[in-house]
This record gives sequence, C-alpha cells and structure tokens, in this order.
Amino acid sequence: MSEVLEDTAPALTVNHVSKVFDVSAPWLNRVLERRPKLYVEAVSDISFTVEKGTCFSIVGESGCGKSTVARLVTGLYATTNGDIRFGTGAKGRPIKVQMIFQDPHSSLNPRWRVGDIIAEPIREMKLRDTEKETLERVRELLETVGLGADDALKYPHEFSGGQRQRISIARALASEPELLVCDEPTSALDVSVQAQILNLMRRLQDELGLTYLFISHDLSVVRHMSNHIAVMYLGRIVEQAPVEELFTNPKHPYSKLLLATIPDIENPKRRVEAQAGEPPSPLNPPSGCAFHPRCPMALPKCSQSAPELCSTSRHGKAACFVTQDMAVVEPVKAAG
Amino acid sequence: MVQPIPVPEDSINATPALDVQGLSVEFPTRRGVLTAIDDVSMQIAPGEILGVVGESGAGKSITGLAVLGLLEHPGRIAQGAIHVGGRRVDTLSEAELTKVRGREMGAIFQDPLTALNPLFTVGKQLVETIRLHTPLSKAQAEQRALELLRSVGIPAPEERLRQYPHQFSGGMRQRVVIALALAAGPRLIIADEPTTALDVSIQAQITALLRKLCDETGVGIMLVTHDMGVIAETADRVCVMYSGRVVESGPVGDVIHNPQHPYTKGLMSAIPSLHDRVEVLSQIDGSMPRLNARPPGCAFHPRCPYAGPKCSAQKPSLQQVDTTSAACWLQQGGTE
Repeated sequence: MSEVLEDTAPALTVNHVSKVFDVSAPWLNRVLERRPKLYVEAVSDISFTVEKGTCFSIVGESGCGKSTVARLVTGLYATTNGDIRFGTGAKGRPIKVQMIFQDPHSSLNPRWRVGDIIAEPIREMKLRDTEKETLERVRELLETVGLGADDALKYPHEFSGGQRQRISIARALASEPELLVCDEPTSALDVSVQAQILNLMRRLQDELGLTYLFISHDLSVVRHMSNHIAVMYLGRIVEQAPVEELFTNPKHPYSKLLLATIPDIENPKRRVEAQAGEPPSPLNPPSGCAFHPRCPMALPKCSQSAPELCSTSRHGKAACFVTQDMAVVEPVKAAG
Repeated sequence: MVQPIPVPEDSINATPALDVQGLSVEFPTRRGVLTAIDDVSMQIAPGEILGVVGESGAGKSITGLAVLGLLEHPGRIAQGAIHVGGRRVDTLSEAELTKVRGREMGAIFQDPLTALNPLFTVGKQLVETIRLHTPLSKAQAEQRALELLRSVGIPAPEERLRQYPHQFSGGMRQRVVIALALAAGPRLIIADEPTTALDVSIQAQITALLRKLCDETGVGIMLVTHDMGVIAETADRVCVMYSGRVVESGPVGDVIHNPQHPYTKGLMSAIPSLHDRVEVLSQIDGSMPRLNARPPGCAFHPRCPYAGPKCSAQKPSLQQVDTTSAACWLQQGGTE
C-alpha cells in the first residue's frame, strides 16, 4: 500500500479509493427471511493529494465518509479499491503516519499511567535504546504539548478534556510522525480549550514541519487550520479548493448550503428560512448526483448520471453539472 | 399554526414565562457539599428566547433541570425561588410537579432518540401527552397531534402519526420532540442542547423552527447550548455562565459584539472566525475549576488577565454596564 515516491512528491496521494462495508443481516436471518446481502459504499472513488507541510481538511456532515477516509489512510481499514501512497520522509523512508482521535476519554487507556501511554510507541518501535532515554523523551514530549514532566506518573482520569487531548497529541508525536491524521480532534472540547489545542497544533506544525490530514465538521475550525479543503457528501468529494477560494467563492451547491447554514456569530442570519431536506441514507443513495434531491439548481441530467470532479479554477475542482456548464458558458475555465 | 390552549388564569403577557431568583443548587457528597449553581437569577418573557451559554460544567444544564424539577438525587435546591408563568414551582410536591411539567413547561433534550419511547407510535405518544394535560377528547387530541406535527414542519403528518420513532431521521425526531414539548401549550420550554446531535444544515432548520414557534405561540424558551453561533442566530437575550454563576447577561447582539466580562471576551475571541484568518487564536489558558476546587472571590480570576487583589477576595455581583450586566470588579470600581 505504501510505495515510496520521489522527494518532491506530495506527502500523501489518494488514488480512486473506495471502501465498501458489508452491512448484511446475520447469515441465519438472511436465510430465514430471504434478505439479500447489503453493502454500503462509505467512500466511493475519491482522489486527493496532500502536499508536504500543509494542512488538508475534509469537511462534511455525519455519515459522509470523512472518518472512513482517515481510517483508510492510517490503515485501520483496508481499501476496497484504489491505492494510497505515502511520499518520502526522513532518511528516504516512507512518511510515518499517526492518528489523533476525537474522544480523548476513550482513546487513552484508563489503567495506564500517562508516561506509559506516551512511551508505548517508543518502546514498541524501539526508537530509544535505553529506558532512561525513553523516559527523557516522554518528558520532552509532555513539555512540547504544554504539560509538566511530573504528569507522566498520573492517570488519564486526573486530567481535563483538553489536557487529555494534549496527551493524545504527545502519544501521536512519540513515534516521530511526519503526517498526522486528526479525526475531529477538537469536537469533544469546549471553545476556550479548542483554541488552546488548535494553537498547539499550529505551533507543532511550524516547529516539526508536520503535514496534517484534518477531518472536521466545523467549518470555522477548518478555515483556521487548513490550506486546502475537500467537501464530502455521501462518500464522494463534491468540491476541493484552496481555503480562501472555497470560503469566498464556493462552486458546488452543497458547499454553498454548508456555508449558508453554519451559524455565523459576526453576521447572524436571523429570520432566514432554512433550506429544507436532509442527507439521504448511504444505504440507499439517490441516482446520479447524490445531492440532486436537495439541490435548488438541479437539472434533469443530475438524477441520471453522477458528475465527475472537474477543474473550476487553477486549484479548485467541483463535481457539479451546473457549475461545469457555467464554466463553459463563461470561458473562465483555466488549465488546472 | 397551532392554537394556544387557553390559559384560565391571568393574562399571559403580564407575567414572565420564567422567573428564577437567587437559585442555588447543591450536591451533598461524602467529601462535603458541592455548589453546582450559585445564586443564579434570570427571567424569560413570553415569546422570548433566552440563550444560556457556557462550557461543559458551567451549570447551564443543571439550571434547566432545576427549573423542570428533574434534579437527580442527591442534588437539591438550596436557595432561591422559581416561578413559571407566575406560579412557584420549586416548592411543589412531586405529584403536583408532574401536573405542571408538560402542562406549563415542556422540555427538549439533546438526544431525540432517548426522549421518545421506541415501543409506541409517535401519534400515541403525542395523544397521550395531550390528553394527560388537557380535557380534550381522543378525537380532538388526535386532531391536535396532527396540527402539532404540521406546525413543526413534518411532511405527510397523517402517515407519520402511525410511525415509530426509529422510522424518523434525527432531525425529524427532534421535530417530534418539539411537538411533544408543545403538546399541552406550555408557557416555557427548556431546550437543552437541542441541536448538538444534529448536522449543521439540520441545525439551521431546527433553530428556525424554534424561533417561528416562539413568535407564533408566545412560549418562552430557555435555550441551553455551548454554541455561541446558535445563540447568535436564535436567542433574544443571553446569559453567560461560568462555574455555576452568571457572569454576564444582556441582549444577544451587545453581549457578542461588546462583551464586558473578561471571560465572555476571551470566549468570543477564542472562536475561529469564518471571515478572517488569524495566525494564532487568542486563548484562555487553563480550564474551568472543578466544583470542589472553586477559587474564592470571582471564580474566573485565576485565568483572568485583568485580575487584581480584590478579585480573589470578594465575589462580584451582576451589575448593569451599558445595556448588559456583568459580574466583574473591573466595571465596579476596579480590582484593587
């Protein structure tokens, strides 16, 4: 799965990756009730690249497959189709990947001391020769994430949510990764603590030259963190663009809907009628473009065939017939 | 639109929907009495949405539960008075409270799946609630259930009445819960994180619905949430809570754009903006104190950049500053 590419290559290349889950009823029920096997395509044919030292974010509502992408990249799930390639990291080896999970309460072993939690990857991967060096490294990591050296002897329950997420980050950094996959790292945290963690992540990115694959449903967090954003809807990337472009000039109607519905503190959209409709079930996706039943601009052909992701600007792509037609009418379609 | 059920007593507009005076809630434990809510006062006029915002552990949910009389053992109201529609409810017996709860005040909780009984159809649950609290006949109650479902924006309500909660999507389920809360024509609805479990595009629909119902039926809503964006787009006034106390309250626009209390200021600037990108988010260092370790004086002083000697010695009370009220010595003669 991880083939080594040249040094200028991106940190991560995801090529036409799909993931199908078998969600059939148990065998006996299928036989007795004559139910067919049931599959759900959680991620269908997505491609993107993450350049070194940047932050690439995937946004979307629950059930759109963004967490599945994170797990595919870290190898927690095997891909059904397509391939995932890592670029070259330090010493010519493939880039090392680590993951930070959403819930710092369930991702840390409650029976282990924090020092052991952080030391585990170092011990497992034999990154330090002696126990003394390992403990020295643990202390260093704790200080990097803003905790004290004496915290190594405490248990996770003695820490608040934000501090626990710092421990998760320290553990992820222990194996000296170059690509960090962050699956909703601040969703379980309060705003003031969220700001602390986001600042820490930005600082670590500068200091350690990390590349982030950042998964979130919170557009304001994504805007703060990322260079490039992909918007997912029902297992597909519907739009992909640099952060400023996506926020100022979203192309896909779903991106527009997302931007229009997130609560805005500076300009509250009071008394605006909310757009109706809900995301369909991934078990039974609509034909053609999955967004067409909710789309205000849907054309007849939208329900027949699914649009491909096409360039809309130098770095932006969108999968929408309407935007693609418009791009043909106004010849702004730049080479991309 | 749903016809409000006529209230026999005094006219609705004269008395506030909710009047909380000097409420304190205590939890006696083996290690001493913990004060979860400390001297909280708030009023909600009919047809008004009061946002109660704070981080987890600030006591915002406990305030809602205390009003509903749903404090879990060993929690108890130590001081203060709660009037709903002019009637004192905190001194009622459990039997009397059961009559008031549902009739005078409704509740909407975070998770709509656990708020509904999975074994009964939505129609049965609505009719049961309506008949329990009003003298309507079965046929009339069914008619009202239909109206309620229509008013909360559920398409094809005749069919939906015969369906079970699991046949509804998350957003639709929350609409059913809202219909249940409205069933007996209450004067007050406590909505505790009503949109936290929902996606952004659904969240916008639900907050718009709450606003609409508030305007149409004149019900007062206490909207408990941690999301400032939801408050900005939904509430009329806002109470900011910190460590069991109200630190600032006032009209929503003034509190958001011109916060007086250092905590509110910090909270507002910690939220990543949708419009401008900053390199480093301003953060409030530390975290909210635990209930057993609340510092003396102003509970925020260990994290406050402006704290002076007076802040750790004396507890400030809410005082009017311009249009909002803040509990801070800075505005009340200095921190020296």
